[in-house]
Amino acid sequence: MTTKDQDSKSIALKVGFWLLVAAILVFNLFPAIYALVSSFRPSQELFSTQIVPRSLTFDHYKAVFADARFVQSLLNSLIIAGSTVLIALGLGSLCAYALGRLPFRFKGAVLYLVLTMTMFPQIAVLSGLFVMLKGLGLFNTRPGLVLTYLIFTMPFTVWVMTTYFKSLPKELEEAAYVDGASPLTVFWEVLLPLTVPGLISTGLLAFIGAWNEFLFALTFTVTDNMKTVPVVISQFSGTSSYEQPWGSIMAASMVVTIPLIILVMYFQNRIVAGLTAGAVKG
Amino acid sequence: MARTVDLYERQRRLAWVLIVPAVLVVLLVIGFPLGQVVVYSFMKYKLDGVTPASFVGLDNYAFVFSDPDWWRAVWNTLVFSFFSVTLETILGLAVALVANAPFKGRTLFRIALLVPWAIPTVVSSQIWKWMFNDVYGVVNLLLTNFHLIPEKIAWLATPETALPVIIAVDVWKTTPFMALLILAGLQMIPGDMYEAGAIDGATGIRKFFFLTLPFIMPTLLVALIFRTLDALRVFDIFYIMVGGAGDMATMATYNRLQLIDFLDAGVGSATSVIILLFIMIFVVLYTRFSKTSFQ
Repeated sequence: MTTKDQDSKSIALKVGFWLLVAAILVFNLFPAIYALVSSFRPSQELFSTQIVPRSLTFDHYKAVFADARFVQSLLNSLIIAGSTVLIALGLGSLCAYALGRLPFRFKGAVLYLVLTMTMFPQIAVLSGLFVMLKGLGLFNTRPGLVLTYLIFTMPFTVWVMTTYFKSLPKELEEAAYVDGASPLTVFWEVLLPLTVPGLISTGLLAFIGAWNEFLFALTFTVTDNMKTVPVVISQFSGTSSYEQPWGSIMAASMVVTIPLIILVMYFQNRIVAGLTAGAVKG
Repeated sequence: MARTVDLYERQRRLAWVLIVPAVLVVLLVIGFPLGQVVVYSFMKYKLDGVTPASFVGLDNYAFVFSDPDWWRAVWNTLVFSFFSVTLETILGLAVALVANAPFKGRTLFRIALLVPWAIPTVVSSQIWKWMFNDVYGVVNLLLTNFHLIPEKIAWLATPETALPVIIAVDVWKTTPFMALLILAGLQMIPGDMYEAGAIDGATGIRKFFFLTLPFIMPTLLVALIFRTLDALRVFDIFYIMVGGAGDMATMATYNRLQLIDFLDAGVGSATSVIILLFIMIFVVLYTRFSKTSFQ
């Protein structure tokens, strides 16, 4: 084989590789970009058979922010996802400290249970929760949704935070104990500050989970003032019943998605670490 | 010495104090409703507030098992899960290999991968529903403009065309996630393994099948089962894109339909128990695999 052959072979490989990268990026980003472009196109243009936009407008964004239902749902989602994360992190990291750092019987059994719970299918308790929430007077309320969201955020938080606590070096703790610190002081002053990166990525993933949740929100809320963003986006309807207002749907979709994308991009390393701790190190 | 024992005692006591609140919450939101579901599944229990509740034994289970819509929902769920998880694993592996190769802009490439995953499922379902709109959707416009199809197709009108579209949505959304999980596995491969392989004369494809693949197999298997569990409970995409009823149902949409639309907590709960048992088999498999490969 001559060097010339090798050169052309390696050039072909390089071109092939970059084509592959391009193909992945196009498939990956096209739907999001198409939605973004659609959200800026005037309605009459959206409902034409033309593919390339001629003009752009903010009308759809003005329309969704003028829609009290959508604004209220943004607020509901923020409150619900925020409270869920705070409760899950608070109770979950205490529990994770015990599971990762303290000695006690049945630890293996509890850990196994937590792991099983992270994969619990939410649909399986739908009717039980429905009746329970009605009984507690929490049906169609924000606290009711927060309570049900703990089903998937708590086990996840406990599991991921346990792996974080386990990974911290033992020497830190021992030094503090020699100085006469109590186990709770060790948790609060020595270990907790070290798990801040873990708390951020776990909290962010739990927030995304609660923000995106659809089944419970759809089932346990009925009035417009309690609905969350995914429910409202799924129920957007136009003035005429047979044609959906695609421009507004796309604009609302962008409003709820772009902050998430920015957050995810900013924290991407930590998120990947959190995901692998949650899913792979099982 | 006395002090060590004392500390151990204190740690043990604190452990219980810290665990109890979390356990209580989990019991309240999972344990209690789950017990209710099992009880309801043996009852005639309508949510209309009129029909009196009564024990009916296995009637609800008999109803579900004899309902052709249920079997259609099981079939749809299995077809969806099989194809989406298979495609996601193969494509995810390919994308992970690309993301692991050294090239300019690799970090940007990895960040771009996260975009579909960060988009809420409800939103991606709406975006794809719009793309596949029969009259104005970009897919039909492109296909007819390039004369690839004689006339526009109503993609989401029948299961034959809707299922592949729905699978495509899930593949689009989840392949990057799979790729990142697999990438984490690839990054754990020690560099000297390839050096040793190179000395033995291993080339590209051989290297992949005899070095890379065996090494990431545990990661791959765990990701695979994890994804399967997720796919088996699919709800959002079907509900938004095709309504999730009749011949377009999945196990989860069928369950909600019984409970909310037909106000039948008995049949709805029986369906829940069946789905739970079904998924439990996979959970046992998952914990088995993860135990053997990650301890």
